[in-house]
Amino acid sequence: MATEHSRSSARLMIAPAVFVLLVWMLVPLIMTLYFSFADYRPLRATFETWIGFDNYASFLTSSSFLSSIGTTLWMVGSILLITILGGVLLALLLDRPMFGQGIVRILVIAPFFVMPTVSALVWKNMFFNVDNGLFSYLFKFFGAQPFDFLSQLPLFSIVIIVAWQWLPFATLILLTAVQSLSSEQLEAAEMDGAPALSRFWHIILPHLSRAITVVILIQTIFLLSIFAEIFVTTNGAFGTRTLTYLVYQRVLESQNIGLGSAGGIIAVILANIVAIFLMRIVGKNLDN
Amino acid sequence: MGRITLDKVQKKFGEVEVIPPLDLTIEDGEFVVFVGPSGCGKSTLLRLIAGLEDVTSGEIRIDGSPATNLPPAKRGLAMVFQSYALYPHMSVRKNIAFPMKMAGMDQAEQERRIAKAAEALNLTDYLDRRPGQLSGGQRQRVAIGRAIVREPAAFLFDEPLSNLDAALRVGMRMEISELHAKLQTTMVYVTHDQVEAMTMADKIVVLRAGHIEQVGSPLELYHSPRNTFVASFIGSPKMNLLTGDIARSHDATTIGIRPEHLDVVESEGTFVGRVGVSEHLGSDTFFHVHIPQMEEPMTVRAGGEVGLRHGDTIHLHPQADKIHRFDDRGLRVA
Amino acid sequence: MARAITTQKKIMWTVLSWGIGLLIFFPIMWTFLTSFKTEAAAISDPPVWFFFDWTLENYSAVLERSNYPLALMNSIVIALGSTLLGIIIAVPAAWAMAFVPGKRTKDVLLWMLSTKMLPAVGVLYPLVLIAKYFGVMDSRILLVVILMLINLPIIVWMLYTYFREIPGEILEAARMDGANLKNEIIYVLTPMALPGIASTILLNIILAWNEAFWTIILTTVNAAPLTKFIASFSAPEGLFYAKLSAASIMAIAPILIMGWFSQKQLVRGLTFGAVK
Ligand SMILES: Nc1ncnc2c1ncn2[C@@H]1O[C@H](COP(=O)(O)OP(=O)(O)OP(=O)(O)O)[C@@H](O)[C@H]1O
Ligand SMILES: [Mg+2]
Repeated sequence: MATEHSRSSARLMIAPAVFVLLVWMLVPLIMTLYFSFADYRPLRATFETWIGFDNYASFLTSSSFLSSIGTTLWMVGSILLITILGGVLLALLLDRPMFGQGIVRILVIAPFFVMPTVSALVWKNMFFNVDNGLFSYLFKFFGAQPFDFLSQLPLFSIVIIVAWQWLPFATLILLTAVQSLSSEQLEAAEMDGAPALSRFWHIILPHLSRAITVVILIQTIFLLSIFAEIFVTTNGAFGTRTLTYLVYQRVLESQNIGLGSAGGIIAVILANIVAIFLMRIVGKNLDN
Repeated sequence: MGRITLDKVQKKFGEVEVIPPLDLTIEDGEFVVFVGPSGCGKSTLLRLIAGLEDVTSGEIRIDGSPATNLPPAKRGLAMVFQSYALYPHMSVRKNIAFPMKMAGMDQAEQERRIAKAAEALNLTDYLDRRPGQLSGGQRQRVAIGRAIVREPAAFLFDEPLSNLDAALRVGMRMEISELHAKLQTTMVYVTHDQVEAMTMADKIVVLRAGHIEQVGSPLELYHSPRNTFVASFIGSPKMNLLTGDIARSHDATTIGIRPEHLDVVESEGTFVGRVGVSEHLGSDTFFHVHIPQMEEPMTVRAGGEVGLRHGDTIHLHPQADKIHRFDDRGLRVA
Repeated sequence: MARAITTQKKIMWTVLSWGIGLLIFFPIMWTFLTSFKTEAAAISDPPVWFFFDWTLENYSAVLERSNYPLALMNSIVIALGSTLLGIIIAVPAAWAMAFVPGKRTKDVLLWMLSTKMLPAVGVLYPLVLIAKYFGVMDSRILLVVILMLINLPIIVWMLYTYFREIPGEILEAARMDGANLKNEIIYVLTPMALPGIASTILLNIILAWNEAFWTIILTTVNAAPLTKFIASFSAPEGLFYAKLSAASIMAIAPILIMGWFSQKQLVRGLTFGAVK
């Protein structure tokens, strides 16, 4: 559908976007790669350009790396579990006939639009706070001891905050998928005498499987780089230091650039593994 | 003026040659129809002329001057698309005005031409509507209006009527023919409907797989198809093609007899068969007759009311001077 | 058509959905209510719900804080600026990919999306270095550029999917009608794509407004937008729940409203078309 003339102007029009993204991706990434092989600690005025894989070795073998991986996996895993399970149930619920469906949708989707620092602060102070938080009142109301969530269960608390933000996302996408399921298909199954539960297992769930996969992949990519919620609530203390946060601390707090850069490269590699799967699905979709 | 010459024009999409090198001349003022089965390259050929596709090799000349590398806008041609391709966000008036606006024509002249086109196309009452508020036929007229106002060297139509219902199609067909009679501008018209081709064309170009099978007036094609492909493509219902002994008896590999050239006789016909499905159109009746000489049923046109029923035996006799003969390569034997 | 549903069932689903919906919305609701309380009422035991002396003093207090208007302004400039810059770069690219697709269009598109998945910490220090080198740390322009870059793939992607819905024949018609590339874009493509462009802008303002990594790390005061400003509330200068709530509500209200209008685009924009 194109002539040589339009093709060359097309290349010209894509060029700026490709160029800025290429620069954005390559220049800092190559610098990080370069630093990751250097002993670079500006505060001590140390700069040695090539120390081989020392940074990687010490980053990978440090106990903080292993625990950060554990924390990351726990955090991402439990948030995924909550949002996917909750999202499927909520999507099915919101698809039911009801009064004021539009308003309920708006209520459910709202947390996704709250900026991360706001939701972290609101939850931290007005819900989790041991003296004045709503949960404390709730515990006291039932005659229980108030509980200091953020110091007793810091990881769990962060999971709650982030899950609250991402549940709407999962719900919205799964709802879109549920609504694309033809009611004829369900009615046919009902005519065939399939009970509700087996309709769910054999028709609804397989139909949702792709959407669920997409939600898992996209959320994983975003969740791997959770920052503000940790920054505002625990600042990485009490076992809430994820890989992202660890790298941030190594680079900007302890200013061990070499070590932090090695960590950054490792984070890039891990994210890419997830991204490849996502890209496959998106790519397939582009074809039709 | 609008004389279009294609000189060894070839088009490949990647490795696939859709149009093998081809020569064709379209005379000024002619109504030329490209006809052929789906996928034979009609649209591609039209788009090459329009400049919407690059030719792979060869040359296109419009009124003698080379146009091969001109962008579409510079060729002075107007095109009417199958989907109408109206600008949905503009009123009918603005749609029609668009090409004039692009040409920087002065306002008064634009107004004058819009009024003239609207009147000719019965669009005066709809000028301020959006395309979305028009019927299919009206949209088609807007698309034509948009083409007319430019006073192009030639009009290009790509299956303009295929989205219309049968009745409207007949109406629009006549409108386009009338338009041509009035404007006397070259028109190149693509269709896969041979009835459209027969009724509208001065000259028909029959295409198959990018090849030109035959070029000629509708009646030339009807009376002396150059090969079996053209023979069976032109004419409705299709010509009956027979091979075997009956063909050999006419010194041919294949013979063709049009349904309208078979007479129903009482007895001792050349062909004797059983009546299968019959289609009663009132004015005509088409019988599908099972005869031993042909695998498919033979189609016969009979008068309005013939008292034959499914399963009856029928005798048929071809009109001797109307038998078409083809050799072993499918080419016409004079 | 679906069967008639008994009213009873419908009421049951309604009650259940509203219950869960309100529960999920509750933190926002609570913040909203608290923002109208006095500081004393905000931490009263037991909590007060609706029957308190409603006051606007928190809002005026927050607005009077020297740096709130600055933060608001920064948020606006950064969100609008990065989105606009992104649109300017993305429209031609998306146009070309949608209407002049080549063999590698798909790869380019996927590659662009993949840059979105680059973890920020992977490029953290180099960016700080580069920003310092050019003397743009804590400046709006730096954030405009960076947020444009991280959202550019989504902008290109969304525009691409919208443009693809515009029939190519219409653009060819424009070409036949004598429009050059510029006029084709101005008179035909842009007006037809406007709804899509508008939703893209909307979604990207939301994403940029809420971005909370680079905005926190690369700013101190001058260019600090609301994300950073709010984070400063946890700092020692004191925790005042009512004022925190007022500041929060002001920071999220405009985006909440925009967000409610862009639910559909959200699905399209954030799943890269993988869910329809
Ligand atoms: N952009 C393209 N890239 C590759 N092949 C193409 C392209 N456009 C058309 N073709 C191929 O060229 C051949 C001719 O296509 P064209 O559209 O010209 O057919 P047509 O005669 O107009 O058919 P129809 O009656 O169905 O419209 C077809 O086999 C088609 O698959
Ligand atoms: Mg065609």
